[in-house]
Amino acid sequence: MEKMPKWADIFLIPLVSLVLAAIFSAIVILAIGEDPWAAVKLMVKGALGSTYAWGYTLYYATNFIFTGLAVAVAFHARMFNIGGEGQAMLGGLGVALVCLYIPWPHWSLALIGASVGAALFGAAWTAIPAFLQAKRGSHIVITTIMFNFIANALLVYLLVNVLKPVGMMEPATSKFPKLIQLPSFRDMFSTADTIMFRGAPANITFFVAVAACVAVWLLIWRTRLGYELRAFGHSESAAKYAGINPTKIIMVSMLISGGLAGMMAINNVMGEAERLVLNAVEGAGFIGIAVALMGRSHPFGVFLAALLFGFLYQGGAELALWTSIPREMIVVIQALVILFTGALDNMVRMPLERLFLGLRRKPAAKPAAAE
Amino acid sequence: MDLLTLLQVLDSTVRMATPLLLACLAGLFSERAGIFDIGLEGKMLAAAFLAAAIASVTGSAWIGLVAGIGASLVLAIVHGLASITFRGNQLISGVAINFFAAGITVVVAQSWFGQGGRTPQLSDGARFQSITLPFAESLSGVPLLGPIYKELISGHSILVYMAMLIVPLTWWVLYRTRFGLRLRAVGENPAAVDTAGISVVRLRYSAVLICGVLCGIAGAQLATAEPAAGFIKDMTAGRGYIALAALIFAKWRPWYALMACLLFGFLQALELRPDLITNVIGIKVQGQLLSALPYIMTVVILAGFVGKAIPPRAGGEPYVKER
Repeated sequence: MEKMPKWADIFLIPLVSLVLAAIFSAIVILAIGEDPWAAVKLMVKGALGSTYAWGYTLYYATNFIFTGLAVAVAFHARMFNIGGEGQAMLGGLGVALVCLYIPWPHWSLALIGASVGAALFGAAWTAIPAFLQAKRGSHIVITTIMFNFIANALLVYLLVNVLKPVGMMEPATSKFPKLIQLPSFRDMFSTADTIMFRGAPANITFFVAVAACVAVWLLIWRTRLGYELRAFGHSESAAKYAGINPTKIIMVSMLISGGLAGMMAINNVMGEAERLVLNAVEGAGFIGIAVALMGRSHPFGVFLAALLFGFLYQGGAELALWTSIPREMIVVIQALVILFTGALDNMVRMPLERLFLGLRRKPAAKPAAAE
Repeated sequence: MDLLTLLQVLDSTVRMATPLLLACLAGLFSERAGIFDIGLEGKMLAAAFLAAAIASVTGSAWIGLVAGIGASLVLAIVHGLASITFRGNQLISGVAINFFAAGITVVVAQSWFGQGGRTPQLSDGARFQSITLPFAESLSGVPLLGPIYKELISGHSILVYMAMLIVPLTWWVLYRTRFGLRLRAVGENPAAVDTAGISVVRLRYSAVLICGVLCGIAGAQLATAEPAAGFIKDMTAGRGYIALAALIFAKWRPWYALMACLLFGFLQALELRPDLITNVIGIKVQGQLLSALPYIMTVVILAGFVGKAIPPRAGGEPYVKER
């Protein structure tokens, strides 16, 4: 028998963890002499109060959906891909090469090309860590961390020495052609009289991200590969006994994970900046960890958690603009979410399990007493 | 390249290697006891901030050091709670600690000092100054040994010498004491230690706390020992991860940890003097390659092409007494 009902496992525990994280964040805000309630109101207004605000929130959410899915897919095979940051950087490189060196006739074709480029580059960056984990048993967490730093060094080198146009000071590529500019929400939803999403970076990639959620759900729960992946994640030895090839599962799950992280680049590099700059990822790869933990590695959960973090990110930017709460407050909140939903999961889970067991025992005890 | 330049590079090697070494030994204690710790970076960063902040307020580097160790210990206890008491995922806990430190240091620094996330410049009394060892001046005339003594061995902060002494101390504790034997055993086979009637929880907590203290000293060295003069945002800049790399490189052994940290410190020192490499080998080596080299070398080691790095067997696994 399950220790507690499924709804409690799926909704109650993340909710309690989230409330704990919120309480601690409020304490931090109080401690630096600001008003937490005013901060929340400002965040809601700044992140959800207008189409402009939504345009930013959804833009950030798009990034986090990709990186969150990346971590989630790996989690299903019990791999911890902490290298989303580096993979998204390399994805950006893929997008930049595809957009700069191939003359695309239309943005839609360019979007497909860029997606493929981003996914391939992101996946390629996981290939070595995945191979080393599968064949040599090197710990995937350590190798993917190392690859984040290597990616950073590689990107600095390429941007400064190779990709930077002659005569430009800033280490960045030149602007992508106007022709392949992705349609933004403003282009898509504005009517002749009212302009919506003015100046906000949300673009068509959001729908690609939603499609990716559906695709990952299909992959994990509706395909043979997804079954093998989950089986491997639950018990490696049982999976091996059932004839599942561990090398294949580790490689495939990590390549898909890296590809998803890389695809984030079509949002931030192609959709927003329209050129590759240094530090384009801005920590989104790491936020993917919080998103996947919060979303319980389910694509729909990842979607909701990504929206939440999009809200936090945009709201936090507004806070930094209007109050003396610095932008780094978001990093603190993110850390608290990871801590409570990930590392201290049992602290929330154990008392709740006890509570539900207690509730169940009472009605069960009655018929026994009547005999 | 003349002797003096070489000595200068080696001198900054020692300085660069010190925080790496302290963090590496911190990780060594923790991981030898079976607790993976990727939160070295965060603990160091928190310690660097609080050490600098308290040093600037009180004007005493030593009070700063104690405060820094305190900050690091708080995070170590959180890590202990998550990974020992609540049997959570140690890697995720480490990630959370790193982010928490990265964020909270800037948030608090900004509201405390209002200087864009840094602490005020430390005056000379509020930081650890270089110590000139006895006879450094009078012996500098002796050929070869004189300059080595004066430039390389003398003239570091007290924390550097402390770090160097902690290496043999760590070796002694791990391999020559009862506590060390038990600590290593608990990282390999906690069930056996438990059967012998020794508390796994207490051993692991003590390892995690030692790790906190050492990370605290590492952070204080970064922010309050000359030539550093205060905390700046994200000042650890990946050193916690390099220390982790050094730990793997050293295969979880103290003397090798010293060697690995000196090697990685040397790479960092070279990064500061790109002109030297060009002069010596005649080719321009990219600074990015130098900064990526520790990570690349670690991956090669992990791949098992140059000897195999085998972590403590029970590492990362929470110990469950009853099934």
